[in-house]
Formats: sequence, structure tokens, C-alpha cells
Amino acid sequence: MPTPAVTSPTLKLAAIGTAGGIFSGLLGVGGGSVIVPLLIIWLGYGAREATGTSMMAIVVIAAVAVTLQAFYGNVDPPNAALVGIPAIAGAFAGTALQQRISERFISLLFAALLVAIAIELIVP
Amino acid sequence: MNEIAAAILGFAGGMVGGLLGVGGGVLFVPALVIFMDETQVRAEATSLLAIVPVAIVAVWRQLGYGNVRVRDGLVIGALSPIGVLIGVVTSNEISQRALELIFAGLALVIATQLVIRALRPANEPR
Repeated sequence: MPTPAVTSPTLKLAAIGTAGGIFSGLLGVGGGSVIVPLLIIWLGYGAREATGTSMMAIVVIAAVAVTLQAFYGNVDPPNAALVGIPAIAGAFAGTALQQRISERFISLLFAALLVAIAIELIVP
Repeated sequence: MNEIAAAILGFAGGMVGGLLGVGGGVLFVPALVIFMDETQVRAEATSLLAIVPVAIVAVWRQLGYGNVRVRDGLVIGALSPIGVLIGVVTSNEISQRALELIFAGLALVIATQLVIRALRPANEPR
């Protein structure tokens, strides 16, 4: 990927945040699918650090976005609990599992996730 | 029965989220659309509510493992709403199909970059 001529790490973080937001706004894909690879490729983060830091950003992004959506009456709390409560258990399992696999394998899994997202977008 | 399927996809979404640093919406949204008959817009909004606790738990665990650069994450998070605004405005100007294909292409390019990096010998600078 051609590296834009931005050298300050803070400016790069700002660019990553904006890019993640743009794709969320454009397509409804999560910011994480943009943030994690950019942290790895552009800022040289290790895969584990990239995923942990991405989650920190997602706490802020999702909290702001769900508040706005709630004003439009689009949020269904019982259904959110239906997927969200099992998901909390999944998040414990996923983060624990992540510590037991190599950073290389995490990157490869992420690449597979991106291919899956690409297929989902291409297939009408 | 549909509730059980949605809950299983919820667990899987949380697991993928914790493993790969994404919210899990990639599975929550289809779970809500397919099994709970939500419209796409409601499913995406509802998925966001499910993502908040997943992200909080993942950050908490990852802080313990020493894998979070808190300041960097907060900078990214704080700047995202500007991007979202740009994205939403733009999405109303360009064809949705074109956007989907552009992002699909970008995702494949980034995936290739990640694979190249992952397969590079460990002693080379990353």
C-alpha cells in the first residue's frame, strides 16, 4: 500500500480514525476492519496490540453511534441482549484464545475476515 | 429456535470480535436480519448496542494482557465521528453498488498486504 506522506504518529492516528469512520458511515462495516490493518501496516503495531487498541476505539465509536441511533428509535434492546449477552462470553473466549496463538496467525485470520467481508460485499 | 440461532451467532460474533479486534457486527447484523426479522437499518443500530459491552470486556481483558495503547485508541475513537459524517454524506451522493465494490477491492488489497507481512521472515523489520 502506498504510504501517504504523513509522518506524525498523532496525524496518522487521526487519519486512521477518520478512515474507519468514513467506511462505517459509507457501508455500515465496522470501524475495526479498517483500524486493525492500518495500525499493523501503517504504524507497525503488533497484531495483538492493534486488536486491543482497535477495541478501545470501538468502545467510543459504538457508544456515540448507538446513542445517535437511539434518538431515531432504531435500537431494539431485547434483541441486542439476545446477541450481546452470549457475545460477552464470546469476547472472553476470543481474547483468551488470542493470547495463545502467534501474531502471524492473527494477521492471517484477519486477512481471511477481510476476504469474507469482500465476498459479502461483492455478492449482491 | 430462531432465538437460539441468533444467540449462537452472537457468541461467535463476540469470539471473532475478541480474537480480531472488531466489534462483532459482521455476525450480529446477519443474525438479527435473518433470525429476528430486523430491517438492515434496525439490525445495524441494534448491533451497535451489542458491540458496546463486547468492546468493553475485550479492552478490559486486553489491558490485563498489556495489549492496549489507550491514548492511541481514544484518538482514533474521537476522530471517527468526523469520518462517519463524511461517509454518510458521501454515501448519499455515490451509487451504493460502486461503494461496495470499491471497499471489497480495498479489503482484498489490505488482506494481501497482511498475508505478505505475516509470511515475511521474522528477522526482517516490520
